[in-house]
Order: sequence, then C-alpha cells, then structure tokens
Amino acid sequence: MNETVLSRFREQIIEAGKQNQVLSIQGGNTKSWYGNPSRSPILSTKPYQGILDYQPEELVITACAGTSIAEIESILAKNNQILPFEPPHFGDDATFGGVIAAGLAGPARISAGNLRDFVLGTRLMDGRGEDLSFGGKVMKNVAGYDVSRLLPGSLGTLALLLEASVKVLPKPAATASLRCRMGASDALKILNEWAGQPLPLNASAWIGDAGGEGELTIRLAGAKAAVTSASQMMQDRLGATVLDDSEADLFWRNLREQQLSWFSQMPNHHALWRLSLPANCPVLAMPKDCLPEIIMEWHGQERWIQGPANQSTANVLQKLAIQHGGHLTCFRSLSTEAFERFTRLDSNPLTAGFEAVQKRLRHSFDPFGVFTTGRLP
Amino acid sequence: MNAPASSAEIQSLQAKQAILVDALRPFLADDALLWQPEDTIPYECDGLAAYRKMPLAVALPENEEQVVNILKACKALGVPVVPRGSGTGLSGGAMPIEQGLVLSLAKFKKILQVDPFTRTAVVQPGVRNLAISEAVAKHGLYYAPDPSSQIACSIGGNVNENSGGVHCLKYGLTLHNVLRVRAVLMNGDVVEFGSMAPDSPGLDLLAVLIGSEGMLGIVTEITVKLVPKPKLARVIMASFDDIEKGGNAVAAIIAAGIIPAGLEMMDKPTTRAVEEFVHAGYDLNAEAILLCESDGTPEEVEEEIARMNAVLEKQGASRIQVSESEAERLRFWSGRKNAFPAAGRIAADYYCMDGTIPRRHIATLLKRIKGMEAKYGLGCLNVFHAGDGNMHPLILFNGADPDEWHRAEEFGTEILEACVELGGTITGEHGVGIEKINSMCVQFGEQERERFWGVKAAFDPDRLLNPDKAIPTLNRCAEYGRMRVSGGVLPHPELERF
Repeated sequence: MNETVLSRFREQIIEAGKQNQVLSIQGGNTKSWYGNPSRSPILSTKPYQGILDYQPEELVITACAGTSIAEIESILAKNNQILPFEPPHFGDDATFGGVIAAGLAGPARISAGNLRDFVLGTRLMDGRGEDLSFGGKVMKNVAGYDVSRLLPGSLGTLALLLEASVKVLPKPAATASLRCRMGASDALKILNEWAGQPLPLNASAWIGDAGGEGELTIRLAGAKAAVTSASQMMQDRLGATVLDDSEADLFWRNLREQQLSWFSQMPNHHALWRLSLPANCPVLAMPKDCLPEIIMEWHGQERWIQGPANQSTANVLQKLAIQHGGHLTCFRSLSTEAFERFTRLDSNPLTAGFEAVQKRLRHSFDPFGVFTTGRLP
Repeated sequence: MNAPASSAEIQSLQAKQAILVDALRPFLADDALLWQPEDTIPYECDGLAAYRKMPLAVALPENEEQVVNILKACKALGVPVVPRGSGTGLSGGAMPIEQGLVLSLAKFKKILQVDPFTRTAVVQPGVRNLAISEAVAKHGLYYAPDPSSQIACSIGGNVNENSGGVHCLKYGLTLHNVLRVRAVLMNGDVVEFGSMAPDSPGLDLLAVLIGSEGMLGIVTEITVKLVPKPKLARVIMASFDDIEKGGNAVAAIIAAGIIPAGLEMMDKPTTRAVEEFVHAGYDLNAEAILLCESDGTPEEVEEEIARMNAVLEKQGASRIQVSESEAERLRFWSGRKNAFPAAGRIAADYYCMDGTIPRRHIATLLKRIKGMEAKYGLGCLNVFHAGDGNMHPLILFNGADPDEWHRAEEFGTEILEACVELGGTITGEHGVGIEKINSMCVQFGEQERERFWGVKAAFDPDRLLNPDKAIPTLNRCAEYGRMRVSGGVLPHPELERF
C-alpha cells in the first residue's frame, strides 16, 4: 500500500518538475495559514500513514509523515513517554510530517529543547523524486552532514518528508503548576535567575499589560522530591498558588494551541506577531496600534503581540526584534494584504551572508523548483 | 602511509609551497606561518597517528580578518585548507592534505563573554572544552558536553565533530548546547548561524554546520549554552556475570523512565586492564560492569538511585555499590576514564572504534566482536557509552607489524559494518574523517552521498575546505566495493575504475 503511495508521490513530483509546476506539501491542512501564502497545487501526505517502529526502551519512534500526531502521542502515553518539545497541533487532523515541517514547539521548549533537537533521522523525497534516507534511529550519529535537521521548520520548501525518527522521553515523574501576579520586568528577571539554578523549571507564561502587571504561570516537572521542594519555595517567595491538575493541563494545552481568550479575541484587521528573542531582552514598549496586552512564553524569549496586519507594522516590529538580537514572524493573519511573514535573511547583516548558501542548498535538493512555494523565504 | 614521492613531484610541491607562502606572508606574522619540515611535522596527523601527511604550510592566524584573508588567498590559488583545533580528533579529520594548508585555530583561545543571566558564554574556537566549565563554575553553571579529551580538546573541534561524552545521554551533544556559530566561508564571507534567540530565520543551517568536520566553514566564534551545575552526583557500580544481562539492564533502566546522567559499561578484559592501572576496586569476576550516575538535588538523586537500584537488582546484578562520597564516585569512574591509557599499557598500539547501535543490540554486537577477535587473531577491549549505544571497541595490535595493523583495520571495518547491519551508524562522536570514509559507502547509498556533495557545494562550491574527508566520492565507493566483491558480483559495474 505505502509503496503505491510512494510511487504516486514520485510521479507527481517528476511530472511537476517537467511542467515547471510548484507543489505545496500538505498534511492535515491544520497549519496552511502559517508562512507566506501559497496557491500551488497540493501534494497530500495524508495517504502515507503508519507508525513504523517504536521500541520504548530505545526512546525512539519512527512514523510516516501522514500519521496523526494525536495517534503518536497516544501510543507514547500508553508507555508513559512524551514528545518533549510539546508540539502544537492547531487542529485534530495535524500530522507528524506537518508538525516537523512547521518546526514549532510548545511551552516546554525552553527547558526540553527545540523540535529539531529531537529529530534523529528522516526519509525524504527530493525534487527529482529520489527516495533518500539520512541520520538514523540512534541517539549519537555523526556520519555525514546532518541533513535530517534541515527539515524541521523548512515548511516543505526543501523536500518532501516521508518518514522521521524522533527521540522521545519518559513522562516526568511529577508536575506542578503555580500562578501569581507580577510585572513583566520582574517576571523576566526571576525566571532567568531560576533557569540558572538546578530547579525543575519546565515552562512559563506571563500574560498582561506590557507596561504594567500581569499573571505569571510556571510549570515544574521532574523528580517528585524536586518538584515538591521547588513548588514550596515558589509559594513562599512569590505567594504563588498551586493550580489544580486539570485546570493546569487545560491552561497549558490552550496556551499551546492558542485557544486562550487572548488569542481568540483578535480583531480581523490584526495579525498575531511572534518575536523570538534572546534571554536578556527587556520588556519592549509596544508600538503604536499594537495591543498593550501581550503573552510572553519561554521565560520571555517568545513573545506574542497583536497588531495591525500590514507591512508597516511588520517593519516596525522586525526592526525592534533585530535591534534586540531576535527576529519576527507574522504567525497568523486574516488579512489578504501581501507583506513579509518572516524576517528575511538579508534584513540582518549577520545572516545576509548565508542567503546564497541557502539558495544553492535548495537547488541541490530541488533543482527544478518543485517545492519553491515561497512559504519560507 | 605515504608513498615515496618522485623528484619531479617534490619540485612541483616546492614550487606550490613558495607561491602559497608568498601569498600568505603579507598578512601573517613571521611566526604565524610555518613551512619548513621541522616546523610543520607536529601537524602531520591528529589523534589518529596511523595516518600522516605533511602539509605545504601551516598558518596560525590570531584574528578573523586574517582567516578571511587566508581563505581568499587559498581560494584564488586553488589551495585546499584543512582546519585544525587541538588535534585530538580520532578519525584523521585534521590530517593535512599534501598540497594544502593547515589552518590552526590554536591562537583563538579567548573566552569573550560569560553571561550568567542568559546562561551563555561567547568563546573563540581554540578554547578548551573544560576551560569553559572552569570559567563559569563560580556562577554555578557548566558546559555539559564532556568528550573524554575535554582537558585538551577545543570547542571549535567539538563543533566540527558534534562531540558528545558521558553526560550527553541526559544533556545532549554539542548540537544541543550551541546557540550560535560565527564562521568564515571559503569565499571569505563572514556569517552567523543560529542566534541568541531560540530560533533563527531561514533553514536551520546551524544544525548542518555542527558536525560538518570542517568542510563547510572556518569557525571563529561560538556561543554556548550553560546549564546549572547539579548540587550532587552519585554513581552506582553494578556487576553482571553475563554480558547479555548487563545489556538488558541498560534497556531496563531506560524503559523504567530513568535518564541517568551517565550510563557506561566495561567488559571483563577492560576491567582487568584498568584495575591494574587505577585500583578502583572493580569486581574482576564480573563479565560486565555498569556505571549508572544520577545527578540533581540531593532529594532527586536519592529518589533516582533507589529506582535504579531496584531495576538493577531485578535484572540480576551480582554486586551493587553506590558511591558514598565524591572521592568514591571519582574512583568508580577512574577506570572508565582511564580505559584508553590502560589499553596502551597492555598492547603496543590500540585502535579505537566508534560505532553506535540501538541499545537492545549491545550484547549481540559484543558477542560478534568476540568472534572477530578469533578471526583476526587480535584482542579487543570493550568500553562504551551504554546509555546511547555508542561503542568504543579498542582493538589491540602491534603497529611495528604491518600485517597486524592491516588486520586491525579490517577488524575495525567489520565492527562498523556490523553496527550498520544492526541499525546503527559507523560513528557516534569521533567523526568520519579519513578513517571511516570507506565505511560511509556501506552506510549511505549513492544518492545520499550525492546530496551530501550538494550540501558541501552549497557552502564551498570549489571543494577546497578539508576535501577528501568524511564524504566519499562515487569512484571511491566503487573502488571500495570492488575490493569487497561479494558472491562474484562487482558493485557499480557501470563505473570507470581508477
């Protein structure tokens, strides 16, 4: 069955190459809004499904790109294991391949690491229709260039991901979530100080007025003894209250899936902007027209802002991000106006030099431009 | 081993050397450019001393501008460049090319910035791995990847090899602990890969640069992630009367949801060799000894040690000891850390391999290595990172006997091929270099190798940075395959032979 699907993929890619046609790779169509808009014909990975290998004691799962991410998380949960990067689904139909191609990680990213850190190996089909395998299923492997880790975040602009092997981890023995009120600046200070201490800090989210007070939620995860003692310390020092387990689960899931009311109340003419910033970035004054209320995740290194969906807002926010050593993404927008969704490589002198490298790299995998949707510049 | 050169070849090399030296002199101090044999001979090999080549010259720049100028000059002349850190690599990755320049980063040894608030350090590539942890210890932080050579190896070399170490099971490899790399491309462009932010625009080229064995760019600055130093570490030393039981215990610990800070194994020949050397009190009757470390707060360590103890008992450990003090913990580790010098005491030479396999096949591979010992008539010590299946068989031989060296090479190659057959890889942390380049033909097919060359060309279109390392050419694999005719069928019959 899967061999037939692979043959169809190959034919579709080769034919597209011959016809100078571009293909937009799509899994469950749950993140099609992410990235620069593309109207290219679809290559659907949905038919290529299945968990191919899962040995809990090896901490590795291998699955086809079209496999439902919920199915993968469910089988891991039965073995008390998790995808540590906590990927957002953004819909019930989210696929394993879509999660990897989007390269997004959830609240635990700040402590667990990024999605790409967990990718061990991939099988992919390049723009010639060639079926290639890189990396593998073992934790340590330095044979050849680490091509597998080019796929996360590539948004289907490099090659068609067929299969991937990712590292999984045991579910933490204990978790606890705490909440308190404080200003953004104090939150940044305390979170980064604690991150430098041996504490089981797993995730953080501060929601509030950038210039005023807000609500800080912290998740601890690790050994029972460590979580208990850190939880007590935070209650004592911050007067934080411990959240009920079900309330905590719901909060972190809604944050990850952007289902909190802060996200759903976005006006139509606004976009959701994402700033990725160094740990020492201070509280930023919100530009004119942007909402004063923001969300800061990852100890302040990921910040969500709502503001007008247009090029001039993109320019202002991008300048702000680059000034502080980070970058900007227009994460969601209902606007049809054409503007840059990502910080371009040539907009920052430190990264401009590798634009030519990236172009040659893409050409090597996709000489006929079958995957040049432009979703990722 | 070098073939003797003809006088015409020597003259040609001397002419090229003169041109190169003239081109580099204007921007390097007199003592930063070496070309006389007595000066360049220390650079003829890295930690893999079996392979040696004399370079045309050695450059020791001290700043990025000089690196840019060197690369531009070499590009104009078509001279290959081999980057070199501390020279501790074990796969010949920094072995010179006869017609090329060695670019040593030894003078780039400044720690430029330490920021305890952001848990980062900005360092130059020649800084020693351990020096980073020493410099940040006062902040309660350290740099986690700890290759065995960490006293001497440089962080730039670690980036090029994506090095690991005992702690990488829990804390990750270099890849997981480097945020940003500044590098000079062969055309002289200075670029930054990654950033201080959690992610960066564009494709994740930092991931492909790390572990690229110096073939894509010359690293001039690195920002590393620092992690909090655990308050306490304790180690369990468990004995097994059967190697298979030891292998199963490794899988059982992981299956129980525990990720130890270190999980290492030694077989009986290794234990006996090192005990004589370090007097750690190892159980000399055990077929396998497992070292399982736990780190964290005292409460965490107590909880994890108890859980690991229970698993090891259930898996049939014949003796279990838990370190009661830091001195005892270090003593338990001393044998594992000194396995290589111990091997050097019992044999004239040893050849260290570096394959990785899925954990569940550890016992299978060890049994196959036993059979290979008989086949090649050579002994082998097995000491390895059991937690991640990274095996380091030490093949004992006498380098003065060419036949023994040849057998050792064949023995090593067969081990690596067995690793691939068992679902693993030919190198877990040492790199491919020149040593395992033929084995790449076993692990990867023609199309994958072609794409590797595509990656190389994207960074270095003229193939001047450390060429002939790590990625074999199609012809090389064909030739290697020809030497390994199986069932009378010649691999790649369509290709011309060289």
